[in-house]
Amino acid sequence: MQFETVIGLEVHAQLLTKTKIFCSCSTEFGAPPNTHTCPVCLGMPGVLPVLNRTVVEYAMKMALATHCRILPRCRFARKNYFYPDLPKGYQISQYELPLGVDGWLEIETEEGTRRIGITRIHMEEDAGKLVHDETQPVSYVDFNRTGVPLIEIVSEPDMRSPEEAAAYLRTLRDILRYLEICDGNMEEGSFRCDANISLRPVGSSEFGTKTELKNMNSFRNVQRALEFEVRRQRALLEKGQAIVQETRLWDAGRGVTVSMRGKEEAHDYRYFPDPDLVPVEIDEAWVEQVRSSLPELPDAKRERFVRQYDLPAYDARVLTASKDLADYFEAAVAAFPQPKTVSNWIMSELMRELKRDEREIEDCPVPPAHLAELLQLMDRNVISGKIAKSVFKEMYETGASAKAIVEAKGLEQVTDEGAIEAVVREVLAENPKEVESFRQGKEKLLGFFVGQVMKKTRGKANPKLVNEMLLKALKG
Amino acid sequence: MKEKITREEVRHVADLARLDLNPDEEVQMTQQLNAILDYMEKLNEVDTSQVEPTTHAVERANVFREDVVGPSLQRDSALANAPQTDGVHFVVPKVI
Repeated sequence: MQFETVIGLEVHAQLLTKTKIFCSCSTEFGAPPNTHTCPVCLGMPGVLPVLNRTVVEYAMKMALATHCRILPRCRFARKNYFYPDLPKGYQISQYELPLGVDGWLEIETEEGTRRIGITRIHMEEDAGKLVHDETQPVSYVDFNRTGVPLIEIVSEPDMRSPEEAAAYLRTLRDILRYLEICDGNMEEGSFRCDANISLRPVGSSEFGTKTELKNMNSFRNVQRALEFEVRRQRALLEKGQAIVQETRLWDAGRGVTVSMRGKEEAHDYRYFPDPDLVPVEIDEAWVEQVRSSLPELPDAKRERFVRQYDLPAYDARVLTASKDLADYFEAAVAAFPQPKTVSNWIMSELMRELKRDEREIEDCPVPPAHLAELLQLMDRNVISGKIAKSVFKEMYETGASAKAIVEAKGLEQVTDEGAIEAVVREVLAENPKEVESFRQGKEKLLGFFVGQVMKKTRGKANPKLVNEMLLKALKG
Repeated sequence: MKEKITREEVRHVADLARLDLNPDEEVQMTQQLNAILDYMEKLNEVDTSQVEPTTHAVERANVFREDVVGPSLQRDSALANAPQTDGVHFVVPKVI
């Protein structure tokens, strides 16, 4: 039987506010344990949480960027459960009245653009961090993260493959980063993802029994965990066995998901409106104010790149994947106005080096002005394209400018016709047999002659001139 | 009179609240909670068809703080009431 995969994702994004959601403790990452706490975030009796206005505005930005409808009135609810990382015995979250609902975003797949629905976006507080002792039966609790603002973004069950889930996650992260409200770092936990996944026979409109996957701390792991789960569920269904609705943890080391037994009966959170917090009312004027502060988002930038720079859709997509990369491209084009050439160099030479180095574009040792200068040298025939590539490598390694490297190494292209002609004569004199074959019609040998000339000039001869002069000498 | 809350439900709620009730206490709690819920029934005699549901006694909305860092507690103070600490963390029985 053929099965269809159905995936929905719940993403938690840590907001880049300076302070926590309900108190003025710092949210700075990496502080010594338990130095960013106060009676409010420690859940002492008698304290009063007060909502951070910036959290609401950041959450509104994301809701608007993903086409959500912002509810005119939302409120906070207590989600009750016991866990040592939660000092109050409840998490302040939103339940029946979230900040935004019914949004969507578009992802690029091999079959084209697909729209993925967003059920809701709500605000909530993060929990603390637990470290388990390796030998003794104790755990250590750090409450610095307790009360750090999160938005939870819940998708519709609209994704049909692990690849689509990964594409959705990347798109979501790109938007958060463009908005500068979350750094989107999965490894450090500022961008976290749980996945609901089920299979159903192709053509069926009912959902199969789902499992919830947790503990995936990279894009790759999300995809691997989902791929594993597709295989696991399909094997069970093919044997006629039922899927157990449960939470499963991804074990990256073993590459499997493992049932998290025993936590199931705990899903009784007894939500109720938090009496300590008053409702949030968002009027049209506030919505418009936030809407007008939105930066150009990835989709819009991609369309503009195609329109303004006449780039292929593929180039535009790659270049707008991050705001920093897009900015890099635009800075380079400003200094060297041949967009397609700049795009080619960024997508091949530059991104290859960055990838090998696992560096982000922000840390690129070649600033956009240096790349533009290199392309100018190539454009003016001072250096050949081939030499330019090796110069680029050196620029990347040393941070030096193109001009400095070309001058220091004497890499200027030889465009002196007399000099090239002399080398051409030399090559023909040394290879009489090949010359004979060529003249009898074996014209493929031209490549061989070009290679010989380039070798003698250490790659510096202008290839166009070499071609012309070889043909003249051989045929003339 | 029909019970509003059964002994089984009392046991479930007690379990969620991490309360360890013995059988006598379960019976007692079931009786008391039913008595309280019966009493609350009185409220249903009031006509509320024209009243909007609310969770607050006062009609206020949009109370905010600005995103400005203020002082946190000294760690010693934060840990002062903890049953067990290592001077840096709160220490709790191991949980996974």
